[in-house]
Amino acid sequence: MNQYADLFLTFARIGGLTFGGGYAMLPMLQREVVEKRGWATEEELMNYYAIGQCTPGIIAVNTATFVGQKTAGILGGIIATLGVAFPSLVIICIITAFIQNFAELAVVQNAFAGIRVCVCVLIFNAVLKLWKKSVVDKATAVICILILLGSILTDLSPILFVIVAGVLGVILKNKGGQAK
Amino acid sequence: MMIYLQLFYEFFKAGLFAIGGGMATLPFLYDMSDKMGWFTYADLANMVAISESTPGPIGINMATYVGYTLRGVPGAVTATVGLITPSIIIILIIAKFLQAFKDSPLVDAAFYGLRPASTGLIAAAGLSVLALVLVNPGVSENAGILELINLKSILLIAVLYYFTAVCKKTKGLHPVCFIAASAVVGIVFQFAGI
Repeated sequence: MNQYADLFLTFARIGGLTFGGGYAMLPMLQREVVEKRGWATEEELMNYYAIGQCTPGIIAVNTATFVGQKTAGILGGIIATLGVAFPSLVIICIITAFIQNFAELAVVQNAFAGIRVCVCVLIFNAVLKLWKKSVVDKATAVICILILLGSILTDLSPILFVIVAGVLGVILKNKGGQAK
Repeated sequence: MMIYLQLFYEFFKAGLFAIGGGMATLPFLYDMSDKMGWFTYADLANMVAISESTPGPIGINMATYVGYTLRGVPGAVTATVGLITPSIIIILIIAKFLQAFKDSPLVDAAFYGLRPASTGLIAAAGLSVLALVLVNPGVSENAGILELINLKSILLIAVLYYFTAVCKKTKGLHPVCFIAASAVVGIVFQFAGI
């Protein structure tokens, strides 16, 4: 099969069969990319994941770009990425069209009001997990809380907070390094 | 034509600055809701639930949803491509200098600050959903504070927290189970107040 078609279809399958985003995708990637096709080694995949976590954008997309680029150059990277996004695009368009037609029904409104409560709890759980990973000392705790407050109390763009936090990280780490 | 450019641009920004995967897109969507008025906070919370229950990365699902709501399939494609374009460019560049990037103390230091920032931003977005579910639907303006607070929601939050984070038997279950259960509870106890 054409290499590009293979990349697109493999990543479309990964995108279409993993629920819950980034982390849920790892076992699928291991099976499809490492074991079945040998497009990357286990270790390379872990590196891609680590970098995907700390670069802008969606981890699954970043990983797809890496693997595609390694296998078939820049065009391969683009094609693998489009592949991973494609199933979501189709599924969500259908669901949204469906919901728009039924949004007025009391039963749908009640269901979503209940679901929104669940979303709160899911986000809260995600934040707890991220807190454990990202807040490693007093300085990072202060950054996290200041940005939380800043985001609630002002209507400044999150972009500004992200840039400030990145610069703060560099300054704090360098200071710490000199003190030692 | 203008709206397509705006969609692309707004999601391009989100894709460029949302660091740390799925939920990291959320604060940018709240900001978009405030500034562009394309969707409400309630729409967004619904979307998070749909994304958690359907395959694929959350960020892409959200972009598709917003784009589709505004301009149908072409809008969905525009927003999604906008979101993934910065990733593609950045990763293609990084792939060239993979080892140098991994070992760079500067990158390491920047992420020392970026990671807690991302956590803070997501927490703030979560609080916006919380405010939404805690206020009782359809209360009159001069209602007392007790009437204003949605006790049903608070109870459900407590129950869900127990099953998703405390109870060892159920906390490993897929989120879609809790979302479906909450939908049933919402219907049975008329959470929207109608």
